[in-house]
Amino acid sequence: MINKIAPTLRDAVAPITDGASVMISGFGDSGLPRELIDALIAHGAGDLTVISNNAGTGETGLARLLALGRVRRMVCSYPKSSGSVVFAELYRAGRIELELIPQGTMLERMRAAGAGLGPFFTPTGYGTSVAEGKEQRIYDGKGFVLEEPLAADFALVKGYHADRWGNLTYRLAGRGFGPVMCMAAKTAIVQVDDIVPLGLIPPESVVTPGIFISRVVRKDA
Amino acid sequence: MTVPPKLSRDRVAQLTAADIAPGSYINIGLGIPTLVAKYLDPAKEIVLHSENGILGLEGLAEGDEGDEDLINASKQRLQLVRGSSIVEQALSFAMMRGGHLDATILGAFQVAMNGDIASWSTGAEDDIPGIGGAMDLVVGARRVIVVMEHLARDGRPKLLSACTYPLTGKGVVTNIYTDMAIIDVVPGRGFVVRGIAEGLSREALQAATDAPLAYADEVAVLSAR
Repeated sequence: MINKIAPTLRDAVAPITDGASVMISGFGDSGLPRELIDALIAHGAGDLTVISNNAGTGETGLARLLALGRVRRMVCSYPKSSGSVVFAELYRAGRIELELIPQGTMLERMRAAGAGLGPFFTPTGYGTSVAEGKEQRIYDGKGFVLEEPLAADFALVKGYHADRWGNLTYRLAGRGFGPVMCMAAKTAIVQVDDIVPLGLIPPESVVTPGIFISRVVRKDA
Repeated sequence: MTVPPKLSRDRVAQLTAADIAPGSYINIGLGIPTLVAKYLDPAKEIVLHSENGILGLEGLAEGDEGDEDLINASKQRLQLVRGSSIVEQALSFAMMRGGHLDATILGAFQVAMNGDIASWSTGAEDDIPGIGGAMDLVVGARRVIVVMEHLARDGRPKLLSACTYPLTGKGVVTNIYTDMAIIDVVPGRGFVVRGIAEGLSREALQAATDAPLAYADEVAVLSAR
């Protein structure tokens, strides 16, 4: 019997080790798996590479993980949302590495990793500092930059409903980075509002099928 | 010296909105561009895109209403129009990069006469860099419309022969709406003025621009309201 349900948030994040790379879903607060992030903080793993669109705001969640010095390297597209003070402080003090990637390139690099593709050419960033040191090519009269797949050891993702096979739905635009991160991570860990009986989610309404998911957990477990 | 007449932010937004064709799919960025949405005629059914996967967003949610999982690129809570759709973010960026958006409307630090745009970093030492979706938008949208003040806060021109800040995109800008003029970027010709603020002389506009200006056959006079 397939059962991907983790009994508690603590159990769900237990396999995350020091030095791991961890994708975290979310666009600002939308789609952000707060409860899993809190569980990761309590779990204590450090020296992490975190891959997430933003770099946390305020003092809780991702910002708290950063403030505790658990993150060695941040991979993101936009670490300067209003309220991203913790990251700014660490960055100016030289206490965190930053890999800055255009958002669409970040998404497509993750999609490529999950889809089994190698490097690919994108027009984004051509002629800018983003393209420096990378192979560039003119195709059909337009400039392109070679970008590599982006995989990770883990993904922490916010879903809405799941069943015990890991089939997933998302709420509104909370979907965001969830689907590509679940594909690109070796172990995708998903928090949901509710776990429903197998078969209750209509097949055509499943957004991320369970094949991409390792663990699901209720956000209040 | 008299202060040259300038258009208000709302008037610039209104002029920009008037140039968007009915049925267009467009993305609207931060700053004055956000104001453009206010002036789009609902009868034109112009569909607004947000990079986090939303097509068909309406105004911002009122007060405490709205939903944490339904926000725009400024991370503000919003509402949807009838006929809206929500997709995963990779598909949203396929819309942007893949040439499916009719226009992107965004602000900028600098625009050059060859269509280069700099909007993400001033290159300053203590600057926290952030690209977000801007590079994907400018490389993919059919029209790249920059809406901004003609001069920087320190009074320096933002329209230049060549950008000095790090680029967001190369040769991509098609139209510029400022508080002084409406300017098209025409390959081979550079900046071509097609509208100028009422009461503003061509000499004063040129003095505020660090690149040669050409003029369209017909130049509209842009009234203050």
